[in-house]
This record gives sequence, C-alpha cells and structure tokens, in this order.
Amino acid sequence: MKTDAPPEEQQRIEPPSRKSRPLLVDALIIPLLALFSALVVGGLVMIFADSEVARAWASFGRNPGNAISMSWDLVSSAYGALFDGAFGNPTAISETLLSSTPLILAGLSVALAFRAGLFNIGAEGQMIAGMLAASWVGFTLDLPAVIHLPLTLLAGFAGGAFWGSIAGFLKARTGAHEVITTIMLNFIALNFLTFFLKTPIYQRPGRSDPLSKEVAETARLPSFGDYRVNWGIVLALVMAFVIWYLIFRTTIGFRFRAVGANPKAAAYAGMGVAGTYIMAMAFAGGLSGLAGTANLVGVVYSMSPGFLGYGFDAIALALLGRTHPLGVVLAALLFGALRAGALQMQGVAGVGTDIIVVIQALIIMFVAAPALVREIYRIRARSAIETDAITKSWAS
Amino acid sequence: MKIELKGITKRFPGVIANKDVNLTVNDGEVHALLGENGAGKSTLMNVLYGLYEPTEGEILVDDKPVTFKSPGDAIAAAIGMVHQHFMLVPVFTVTENVMLGVEPTQNLGLLDTSQARAHLVELSEKFGLNVNPDATVEDLPVGVQQRVEILKALYRRADCLILDEPTAVLTPDEIDDLIEVVETLKESGVSIIFISHKLKEVMTIADRITVLRRGEVVGSTTPEETNEQQLAEMMVGRSVQLTVDKEPATPGDTVLEVSGLEVLDDRMQRSVRGVGFEVRSGEILAIAGVQGNGQTELIEGITGMRAVEAGTVRLNGKDVTGSSPKHLFGLGMAHVPEDRQEDGLVSSFPIKDNLILNTYENSPFSKGLVMNREAINSSAEKLVEEFDVRTPSIDVKASALSGGNQQKVIVAREFSHANKLLIASQPTRGLDVGSIQYIHGQIVAKRNEGTAVVIVSSELDEILALGDRIAVMYDGSIIGVLDRSEATREKCGLLMAGLSVDDSATSDSATAESETSESQPASSTDAGRRER
Repeated sequence: MKTDAPPEEQQRIEPPSRKSRPLLVDALIIPLLALFSALVVGGLVMIFADSEVARAWASFGRNPGNAISMSWDLVSSAYGALFDGAFGNPTAISETLLSSTPLILAGLSVALAFRAGLFNIGAEGQMIAGMLAASWVGFTLDLPAVIHLPLTLLAGFAGGAFWGSIAGFLKARTGAHEVITTIMLNFIALNFLTFFLKTPIYQRPGRSDPLSKEVAETARLPSFGDYRVNWGIVLALVMAFVIWYLIFRTTIGFRFRAVGANPKAAAYAGMGVAGTYIMAMAFAGGLSGLAGTANLVGVVYSMSPGFLGYGFDAIALALLGRTHPLGVVLAALLFGALRAGALQMQGVAGVGTDIIVVIQALIIMFVAAPALVREIYRIRARSAIETDAITKSWAS
Repeated sequence: MKIELKGITKRFPGVIANKDVNLTVNDGEVHALLGENGAGKSTLMNVLYGLYEPTEGEILVDDKPVTFKSPGDAIAAAIGMVHQHFMLVPVFTVTENVMLGVEPTQNLGLLDTSQARAHLVELSEKFGLNVNPDATVEDLPVGVQQRVEILKALYRRADCLILDEPTAVLTPDEIDDLIEVVETLKESGVSIIFISHKLKEVMTIADRITVLRRGEVVGSTTPEETNEQQLAEMMVGRSVQLTVDKEPATPGDTVLEVSGLEVLDDRMQRSVRGVGFEVRSGEILAIAGVQGNGQTELIEGITGMRAVEAGTVRLNGKDVTGSSPKHLFGLGMAHVPEDRQEDGLVSSFPIKDNLILNTYENSPFSKGLVMNREAINSSAEKLVEEFDVRTPSIDVKASALSGGNQQKVIVAREFSHANKLLIASQPTRGLDVGSIQYIHGQIVAKRNEGTAVVIVSSELDEILALGDRIAVMYDGSIIGVLDRSEATREKCGLLMAGLSVDDSATSDSATAESETSESQPASSTDAGRRER
C-alpha cells in the first residue's frame, strides 16, 4: 500500500462555489440584457398597439415589405425620440437628471434596507412623512437660505427617519414583518397627508382644495441657470457616495451587512440585531424623506394629496442596481431618462407615454428572472464573463 | 451488481476534483470510500449517480459500459443514492415519500397508495428496515428518516446503494442500527458504497476500503490488512496522532461557576434543569452526552444567547447571568458555536470580515465609525497563517471554504480573544482528521495558557481526548462528573445512557463495542428529539 504524498501545490479539491460566476454575470450583464430585451418587447408592443401598422400587418401577404418598414419606422422613430428627449440636448439632459433625483434617493433607501436584510416597501410613506416635516419648516420659518435650506432638508430626513424607524421598532420589538408594517404605514402617512392638507397649518390660505402653502424661496434648491435641474441631483449623488461609504467603510455598515446576511451569526458575535433593524430603517426612512423633500423644494414647492410613485419605482431600482449605491444611481439615471424621454416620444412618434411604464415593468421582470435572460442570451452571457472582471466589485 | 469506475477524471474550471480514479465494487460488497472533506468522494459519487458527467473515463455496470445523463438513468440502472441531506417531503407519510415519482395508479389514473404501501411493508420486512409506513416523516427521528431514504432506493429496485456520509447525522445507537441494516442488505446481494471519513465505522462495516486524497485514489485495502492509524495516514498523507498530547492540568482559580441553572428550549420545555458546575483556569471540562440532552440550551444560557429561567452564572466571581454576548466577550469569554454555518459565520462575507465579526468596533479595526481596512487585512493575513486556514486569499467568501477551514476561521477569531474562558460546542463535528487534530491541539494550547475551557461534544473520543474532567449530561441534568483518570469509555457510555456509574460494576468487563448497545433503551427516546 502506498501512502506517498502528492505534490503540495493543489490545496483543496472541490467544485468551485456555484455562486462565484453568476455574481459577475448578474452584476452588469444581466441588467443590460434585460434592458435590451425590454426594449425589444416594448417595440413589439408599440407595433401591435398602432392601428396603422397593425393594418399593414393584416395585409402582410400582399405587401410584406410595407408592414416591416412601417414597423421599423415606428419603433426607430419612437426610440430615437426617446433617446433624443432624454439626452439629445442640454434641456433634455436637465430633465433626465431632474427626474432621476428623487429616484436615486428613494432607490438608496430601499437598497440600504436590503443590505440590512429588510424589505422596505414603505418609501412612499416615508417620503410623505419627510415632506410634511420639510414643508412645515419650509413655509413657517423665516431664515436666510444658508440656514433655511439645510434645515428644511434635515427636517425632511428626520421626518422620513421617524416614519421608517416605526417599522424598524415594530420588527425589533415584536417581530412584525416590515413588509406588512411599511405597506400599512404608507396608507397611514397618505391619510395623514390628506388630513393635514385640510388643516390651517398646511392648507394654502384662500384655497378650498387640499393644497399646501409654498415653501419659502430661501428653502428651495437653486437651479442651474435656465435649466430646471437643481442642486438636488448633486445632493443625491453626494448621498449615494455617503451611503456607499456608510455601507462599506464604517462599523455601522458592517453591522448592517452582517445582520442582513446572517442575523444569527451577528447575534452570536455580540451585535445588537434589534437595534440594527431600528437604525437601518431610520436611515432608509431618512433617505426616502430626503427623496420627497428634494422633489418638494426642488420642483413642486407645495404638497398635494396622493402618492408620488417614486417609492414603488425605488424597489425596482434597488433590485436593478443590485443594492449597490453605484448600481442604484445608474438604474435611477436610466429610469429618469425613460421618464424624461417619454414626452418627446409621444410628441414625435405618437407613441403614448404608457409604453414607458410597460418598458420599465419589462426591465424589472427580466431582471427578476435572470435565468430567463441567461437562457435567451446563453452564449453571449458566458463569453462576456471572462472579459468583464471590472464589474466584480459591483455585486458584493 | 458489479460496478466499475475506470479512469474517472472530473474537472471543474480551475480545479481537478477527481483524477484518474479507478474503483470496483463487487456484487454484494460493502465498499467504503474514505477521505477527508474535499477529497473528492462526493464528486465521484455524483458522477456515478448521473449528477455530473465525467470529463474522462467510463462507468461499467456488470461489465457493460454505460453513460448516465441524469440520476434518472442511474436509477434505471439500479443504482440508488442516499444523500447526506435527506430528500424527503416532511409533511408526507413514509409511503407517500417512498412512492413519490413512481406512484402506482389504478384505473383512471387514481393513486394506488395501498399497493405502494403493501410493497413497502414487504421491502421493510425483507431487509429488516423497521418503519411505520403511515407515519409522517417530520415526526420521525433522523435515523428512521434515513431508513425511509434507503427504502426509497430499494423501492426503485436499487441493487447498488450509495450512502453519502450516512453516519454524520446519527447518534451512536442509530449508527449501530444502520450497520445492521447494511449487513442485511449485503446478505441479500445489494452492493453498497459507503462514504465516510470516520475510521472506526469504516473498519467495522467495510469489506473493502478505498482511500481518496486530493481527488486521487491513494490506495485500496481491506479492514484485515490495515488499521485505523494506517488509514488515517493514507487520508491525510502524513503520520497522524489520534490522541492528543497533553500534560496533566494545573488548574488555578475558578473562572466559571454555574449553579442551579434552568433554561427553556424553543418549545418552552425545561431542557436544562438545575445544572451546576465549576471550571477553573487551566483545565478543560468536557461535557459529554447524546445530543439533545440540554447541552445546546445550557451553552446558550451561559453565553447569553438564551434567557435563563433560574440559577446563576458567575465569571471570575462576577454575576453575569443574562448578560449580553457582547458584554461577556468583553469580559474575556469566547465561544465557538455548535452550528458553524448558521451561528458562527456570515458565509457571504469574505474571510477577513468573518475574522472581525466580534471585534470590528475595537481598535485597531476601526477608529470611531470608520473601519481601518489595512489593520483588518494585516490581522487577517496573520490569523490565516497562524491558524492554518487553507485559502488562496483572505477575500475568499467563507462559503467557498471546506468545513474544516470554515471552522479554523471561527477558531482563529475566537481563540485569539479568549483570555479567560473558552467555550466550544462540537468543535470538530464533520471535520477531517487533519483539522480535528489541529483544533484539538489549539484547544490544549489555550488550556496551557491558563484559559478555562468548556468543550461540548457528542463524540466520546473527543471528550476522552480533551477533557481533564468529564461531565455527562442526561435529560437536562449533569448526572456525573468524572476525573479523566477515572473516566473510561464504559463509564461515560453508561452515564450517557442515563445509568448511574454504580451500575457499571456489573458491566466492568463490557467492551467498547457492547457498551453502546447497552445504552439503547435510554437513547432511543433521545433520538426522537435530537434533531431540531
């Protein structure tokens, strides 16, 4: 019997971790392919939704060229206009950045909560809570802009943080699932808003409809020259960096990530899991509050009843951006561009803005079903991995 | 049935998991496949079971070459496999689980459960696999669940049965039962491939032993020709000492003092009942017992992971009952948890982050809120080197490490901070010989430094190798504390079975083999509740 030692160079023999490769693929390739797929399917929807093009297809047998060229013209002019409306000129870019601002902040909110293992469906409610606080500071106080604006933003953050921490507290104390509590808190916030807008504190004098007073000039985010885009985009990008730093470089972020990845191990290591949940939800709520506030003091200046809708897109953005701040920023820019370009698309190509919602939904669906995307683009996705090490830092 | 693997090579990107492996399993033979974790045993069996396609080589069944594209093909060729983690539907009955996928039907496609049940009863009688066909699987002890898995394979007419680490999840009694089952199967002509890294049981059970190391066959032998020492050397490729070298203990002051401790388990049952003991610096107290006798809850109570109902825990004379894990860590207590995957590691974190899981807020790893990545990296490099964690880099995720190396990461983290008290639960469960030896050495080194050490283990060998004093837990209480000098396998075995040491007078002549069978009445009830 032989027991001779083999060469030492091979340390361990076991199948490579199943996760290591897909992580890379998922990081950038999948979202891009999902976008591409969504645009293709969106194009098909356009073709079948357009009555003239549909008629051309009905007579496909007699004139196939006509149907194909009409379809091509429609789709290419629609996407051309979409791109033009999003990036074609400085005004278009301004609109894209403007639309992206609250999306970035709300997306960061959901992404941060995700990192701590929490599913924050409550961005809408937190935005409302933030706006209620911020607008009160904005229209009540009379201060120089240097103080007034930061104070208003801070109030927005605090309002959202308070609202978010309620869900965190309920989870930490009673184990109530944050998905349920945040959804319910959305409706509570919505109805608080409707109520407050009818009270003298908020309602604009001389108006009978629920519309709030306008925030003072000193509390508004200044625009860049003649463009509508304002310093909110800078605020959002700075916050993205701050959150990245928080998550990956601070002890708080370390605790968030540890609790999010394995709360039991975190508890064994002496981390306070309950406290972490509260803190993570407070941060997440604060970011949502800031998202609402950025829209309030940067664009609309007053509040009216109803959800803004950013909070639900935010969930999609966090997923699309793989809960990484940089990913969220890119995803939010994409969604912002789609929103900004939609109007031009409607004007030039006569394709309704609803198609944008369809495309957004398709992107999410393709992102949520990476197996499908991998199946469709099998070869391309595989060959792309080897060259794409640069995206590695993205996913983790 | 005769199975031959010829020149099997399986490559994964960047790794060769099996290299030119030859293996012949003869008709009605129990063939043990022995090797450390990560030696390529499971990969080889997955090739045979059709889960992987071999890169090179061929498989012959009864001298005819075959290709298995899926487990379905392997099952059709009468090969069955019992995986380490059972593939059963917990809420289904035994019969439903066994017939799943090959359900007999009546006219109109209605299920014919009674036919399946009758066949199942017939099989279980034939092979001595005692199972109630109408019991719900989740209510059954693990050992019985394993029997259901075996029956599942037999129901599909398996003539060759692959058992992947079948004893890893079993109690000593269940292991004895399994050995009997294997004997019966063998007598009825079923060939069995028995995967294991436990030398003792391989020596007991196998007709032939093949040892794998680093994906290659190191040698093939029979229990008659070899001994445990030799097998261990073949597995790890160097000479191994199965016993731990240690000087007699020189205990100092009392470090941990537990008295009257009462703890409830998850089902609010009192699973620790008035436990009291002391551990002094420089000694190892080994807590033995069949799993599920309250050891888990006892340790969780002491370490602050579970509420204490009554009693006190004192650390260096200070009452720390109900203190938070963080507070206890600050007082010099370190804890290697029982379940390393669940409680010990954040498996999606890299090694370096796992190494600071409980020290990330301390200097030098962070200053204020900001983490110091250089300090984290250099400390991780040092610990990985010092504690012999085999990894290409400290950035590798913990989930990518083998069990032994995962445990070394935890040991590195906890041992480097245990200056007063070290508590380690099942420190070497499921590990290979090399890792066990290493971790045992580290534990003794900690003791020699003057740390008080508490070890909880259900492996008697480990208890006897490490303990300076041995406490045996049974049904929530410590029913005996033995000095190492007076502790024997027999005495410990009796205590583990809930019998007092006085009874051992009658069984002084009992051998190590028969001692486990004596504990049967007590631990067959324990078996029922040992798995959570």
